[in-house]
Amino acid sequence: MEQVPIVKIGQTLFVSIQVDLQDESVLRLQEDLADELAATGARGVIIDITAVEIVDSFIGRMLTMIGSISRLFDAETVIVGMRPAVAITLTELGLSLSGVRTALNAEKGLEILNGRS
Amino acid sequence: MEADGSQARMADFLRDHQDKVVGRWIELVVAASRGRTSVEEVRRELADLYSLIVRVMSEADDHAAGELRAALDELSRGRARGGFTPRETALSVFSLKEAVYELVADAAEMVPEFLRFSRLLDDLGLRTFEAYSAAREQIIADQTTAMMELSTPVVRLWDGIIAVPLVGTLDSARTQLVMEKLLETLVATGADHAVIDITGVPTVDTEVAQHLLKTVSAARLLGAECTISGIRPQVAQTIVSLGIEFGDVATKATLADALGAALRHAGLKVVTA
Repeated sequence: MEQVPIVKIGQTLFVSIQVDLQDESVLRLQEDLADELAATGARGVIIDITAVEIVDSFIGRMLTMIGSISRLFDAETVIVGMRPAVAITLTELGLSLSGVRTALNAEKGLEILNGRS
Repeated sequence: MEADGSQARMADFLRDHQDKVVGRWIELVVAASRGRTSVEEVRRELADLYSLIVRVMSEADDHAAGELRAALDELSRGRARGGFTPRETALSVFSLKEAVYELVADAAEMVPEFLRFSRLLDDLGLRTFEAYSAAREQIIADQTTAMMELSTPVVRLWDGIIAVPLVGTLDSARTQLVMEKLLETLVATGADHAVIDITGVPTVDTEVAQHLLKTVSAARLLGAECTISGIRPQVAQTIVSLGIEFGDVATKATLADALGAALRHAGLKVVTA
């Protein structure tokens, strides 16, 4: 099982997903992120999915869930770098990722988080 | 096979009377074309066809049949583009029968030969029909592709603001294309605001609205905000009477309004110099 690294930069946790996500690795990421948020008190989470080419309804739901968990720690989640094909798939699946912010790239994602704090 | 003998005899007959038959054939075809093709062009086409038909009838070589089919396909394609009806195209083949019949009419011994020849021409006539419809379908397919390409421009209005002016009826295939093009442009340009202008969309029903909303939510997933502009009074009435909800998607009357809103959203202000 692949572990997704979580990097803390300032008040933000940065997660860059470089592999095609398996169900277990997403669950693991969710746990790790919750631990990390509790430990560091970070105010924002950026999840970079530029390299992700395949998503299904489970992963779509997990992304929303990560957003809800982060909010419990008073942190905002921004998903950045989604590919057009992935966006179309999620829309066709009827998932709009409510409660999660989105941005075109990591830079814009950081701007959103900085604008908030 | 006794048929081979009659076919060869017919081939000889056709070869002997070539000038007369071809001349008459050209006359008939030119008369039927009512000035849409020149005599020289018809002469060239028919002379080719005639020599191929003679070669097929005499069964001298194996390639003749294939070449004849290719020549007929070519002729039908040309006629299809020239606006001839398939009936006219097929008739131009059938009129060879008439031209030959005029010569063999009083020769009773040629009847079996003529019947075989006539059957061959029937086949060829049907072949032009098939080729004609294939050519027409090809033209329609080409036009559809051309229309698809024409109908989905994505334009940059300002730094970070792009617009998609939609013209024509929106169906699933077009929406998919528009969506892909819009999302790709958003990623390529790094724009975070898109205006979808539906001034040129004649009717907005529940299906079209559904397509538009899908496009907007896909763009949102990329982190871009969408505005729908160009809602005409009649369209607004239809939308309301159909009970379509655009939810929290911003809608504007004109593209100018939408651009203004997008500029404000980007923190820009237009001032007179």
